[in-house]
Amino acid sequence: MKETISTRMGDGQRVFMSKTAIKEDLLKGTKDAAEKGSIPELTPDDLEQLFDIIAEPSRVVSVSPGSEVIVTDDGCSMSFYSVQDSGGVGIPLSRLQAVLTHERACAADTTSIGHGDYSFKPIKPIINYETHEYYNASMLTTVPLFYGAQPNLGLYFRPDGPFSNPWELMKQGEIEASFQAQEAAAEKLTRDIVFVGKKLSEVGCEGINLDTAGSAGDVDFYAALQAVVALKQAAPEMGVEFGSSGEFIMGMHGEIRFDGKQVAGMYPHQQVKAAEAAGVDIYGPAINTDTAKSIPWNLARAVTFVKQTVSVANIPVHVNVGMGVGGIPMLDEPPIDCVTRASKALVEIGKADGL
Amino acid sequence: MPIAHIMASGMGGIRTAGDLVAWMQITRRMKIAEAKNYVADRLGVSLLDLTDEAVMREIRNDLGIGTVAATASGPKGIRAKLKVAELLDIQINSVTRFQKQIVS
Repeated sequence: MKETISTRMGDGQRVFMSKTAIKEDLLKGTKDAAEKGSIPELTPDDLEQLFDIIAEPSRVVSVSPGSEVIVTDDGCSMSFYSVQDSGGVGIPLSRLQAVLTHERACAADTTSIGHGDYSFKPIKPIINYETHEYYNASMLTTVPLFYGAQPNLGLYFRPDGPFSNPWELMKQGEIEASFQAQEAAAEKLTRDIVFVGKKLSEVGCEGINLDTAGSAGDVDFYAALQAVVALKQAAPEMGVEFGSSGEFIMGMHGEIRFDGKQVAGMYPHQQVKAAEAAGVDIYGPAINTDTAKSIPWNLARAVTFVKQTVSVANIPVHVNVGMGVGGIPMLDEPPIDCVTRASKALVEIGKADGL
Repeated sequence: MPIAHIMASGMGGIRTAGDLVAWMQITRRMKIAEAKNYVADRLGVSLLDLTDEAVMREIRNDLGIGTVAATASGPKGIRAKLKVAELLDIQINSVTRFQKQIVS
């Protein structure tokens, strides 16, 4: 093996590191996750296995035969026809053509459909278009078909929505008013998600994906969980996948609780228990990539969080592995060497049920 | 990037038994090992066969649950999912709604 090993930084730039430097970063990465999440570090055997995956000289790596897992997605079929904002390649395909291409040409285990904005709020006024499109697609797809969208609580605040902007209120010292604005917006968001979900279920929706939950903080995450509770009562026949926006739920409110637990500050192994309590069927943790650190550091960190999350979960855990999460570089064209190494490490060491 | 994940870690969708294992995760919240065991048991194959195109192509063809290769009479979509629901003994929402429409 060469003296130095080709790997990358969290922003995707190639770097050559010595074996010693990689092993040091692996150790620092797992320690960082362990300290932040108050969870166990990776074992020496785990770290050795992770080093071997990173040091493997092939450009592309994969799991061993028999270790394969289910790959769900959050709008991957949209990548065919959308643009750079969504990691898209801009091919003039219809949504239905993209969904079927994803299923049949890409060997996808599941596929999905969604609106270009990919948030629940703008879907509500065009729900009949969306349910019609979903119904048509579901008649033709064989693999499970999800409908995906983000809770995106931020869209409910001025200037984009009807509620006072809580971040502006905070700056003015209006803390209580900021809390009230978030709570009122959360109720509206929950209602909108439930409205959309019930309509989709009525046309036979096989699964709904609440993607990037918590992007506007703890109240965003809470509103999405409440929507799952309501949907599981109103439409229990529809599966629910629930993906997080980050490894740590930001406390933009701080006092919101779900199932008796404070939502702010939840790490993935705590998020999954809240998701279980809400009735989620598949949970997706998102562990952020630090662009200033190496991929060995980032991947060790991601695997540490995932291993703990899977070990406490009673539902399948599908790790978010898009740009900038799960040990993947923060780049809209993530290098394949890093993508496949993250894939293999999260499945074989993190024991993920899927990606 | 999604295709790289599918190639590195995915089960292969309707090329193999990927969709069947996915259904068990979605409808019964099964972790990956339990879901694979359940599907392998229903199909009467080994765990390794679940991701073997040479094995699963014939099984899928025989059961009428959809193959990736396009043939005019090969069931795909809702026709295949009707059989998948029966094979796995699960409720698939689209299938349940479709059945209600065609019998009423």
